[in-house]
Amino acid sequence: MTKKLDYDEVREVALLARLELCDNEVEEFATQLSSILEYIEKLDELDTDDVEPLAHSLPIKNVFREDIPRECLSRDEALSNAPDTDGEFFIVPKILDDNSNA
Amino acid sequence: MANIKYKTLIGLEIHVQLKTKTKMFCSCPTGFGGEANTRVCPVCLGMPGVLPVMNKKAYEFSVLAALALNCNIARFTKWDRKSYYYPDLPKNYQISQYDLPMSENGYIEIPTDGGETKKVRILRAHLEEDAGKNSHATGNYSQVDLNRAGTPLLEIVTEPDLRNGREVRSLAQQLQRIVRYLGVSEADMQKGHMRFEPNINLVGEIDGKEFKTAIAEIKNLNSFRALERSVDYETNRQLEEYLETRKGMGQVPKTTRGWDADREITVHQRSKEAANDYRYFPDPDLVPVVLDDAWFEQIKSRMVELPLAKERKFISKYGLSEYDAGVLTSERSMAEYFEEAIEAGGDAKRVCNFITQTGLKLANEAGKSFVDLGIEAKKLAKLSQMVSDGDINASAATSLISKMVESDEDPMVLAEKFNLIQKSDTAELEAIVEQVFAENPQAVEDARAGSKKEKKSRGFLMGQVMQKTKGQANPKVVSGILAKKLS
Ligand SMILES: [Zn+2]
Repeated sequence: MTKKLDYDEVREVALLARLELCDNEVEEFATQLSSILEYIEKLDELDTDDVEPLAHSLPIKNVFREDIPRECLSRDEALSNAPDTDGEFFIVPKILDDNSNA
Repeated sequence: MANIKYKTLIGLEIHVQLKTKTKMFCSCPTGFGGEANTRVCPVCLGMPGVLPVMNKKAYEFSVLAALALNCNIARFTKWDRKSYYYPDLPKNYQISQYDLPMSENGYIEIPTDGGETKKVRILRAHLEEDAGKNSHATGNYSQVDLNRAGTPLLEIVTEPDLRNGREVRSLAQQLQRIVRYLGVSEADMQKGHMRFEPNINLVGEIDGKEFKTAIAEIKNLNSFRALERSVDYETNRQLEEYLETRKGMGQVPKTTRGWDADREITVHQRSKEAANDYRYFPDPDLVPVVLDDAWFEQIKSRMVELPLAKERKFISKYGLSEYDAGVLTSERSMAEYFEEAIEAGGDAKRVCNFITQTGLKLANEAGKSFVDLGIEAKKLAKLSQMVSDGDINASAATSLISKMVESDEDPMVLAEKFNLIQKSDTAELEAIVEQVFAENPQAVEDARAGSKKEKKSRGFLMGQVMQKTKGQANPKVVSGILAKKLS
């Protein structure tokens, strides 16, 4: 049986998820993910031509709050769960290829 | 020498920070400054189990801005998660809009030379949240400040309709005026309220053979000047590079380049070999937004006359120069002040000069906006009338403007108090002229009509009259008297 996902695709997905997989795991996940995709394909049997795409699973809309500031966490509280901090900033491993919005 | 024809295609990706008091999905205050990580809460820190709730004001601001950009406003819109892998957004995704943006298909008009305007098409404008700030200190780590994380941003994407740095700058300035007029953003580029990322490439022919350069995106632009110069620099750079390598789109990858403001060059940052895979999917934490007629009308009613329309009106209706109209409309408060002063009877050109020449200088010195100097528009209109009526001269008007900043008194009262009223009383001035004539018989002889020294001697006599009146004689009236007596 040919797999829905080949090894390269599994490696690509792993990279996007920032997961490091060894060759055994690539093989294992290729099998597992392929069977998941096959299972999901069952849904293709349903005729959805006249069905509007669903934007949200709840029949609710327009949940807003007013633009009124509320108290924030103290800095100590904000940083208290951080693996590393200098008391002011969150400290993270050096970002080498910074393509962030900053 | 090769025969080269080309044009530059420039599209912009723009981020405008909206001027709400709080962030987009939590109640933390927004705003520049503030000590690092003091404007954060479990929602914008991306803690598990929290629930974001949409800021209604941010939505209304974005609808208003999109209307001013002539966009079609969606009546149904939703929120999507965009995968993101930098620590300045700790959720590992950014809340944005993918397939159902709140607005699409608009345009922004920019002035071109000769009073014409050019329409630059807008593909879409949507709302999203801003990231925090990473800083790369020395050492093997980076620092993250999440104060800005979650600030509402309007992302505007234009079609590649721009052709050179001047047009790009012009669009940026128009956009700044528009969002400031609407009161939806402070739009200060230095402070990062408004960020522009131009995408540039060239298309053309070399010796009859078509060519296309690879697209480069420019980052790190924080002034209008940088924006303009980086685009022109990059245009030349791409042309030179192509002529040297003959490798274009398809043969070399898209790149990101950073603007080095000191050296005024763009520097290669990275190549984009593969298209980003953002893996958007609908955010299950946020429900869709439906803009019904009543709400839409309510937002529409907050629309104001936009800066370019005002500028054109100032030129056609009040006869101002393009330059003056541009200066007056640079701030909505000043433009409206000007209109109020004209309404109150001020002369357009004169009031314009009061504001742009004297007023703005004073405002600058005081570090305020012109309107915040606190001179009432109707008093400035009165000052204009006083000059028109000959009560004071132009230089007296200039010094009165600075006195009006300090005092609420009527300009006429101030003019009297500081002895700035011109003598226009003909009988009184005639007597002074007679006296000057008696003291300077030779000059009177030389000043007679037809004399060789007529012009010079009349100037001398005028000077004598001015001296006797301590500069307060109305020069028009005096020269009338001189002309009559010396004919
Ligand atoms: Zn927050």
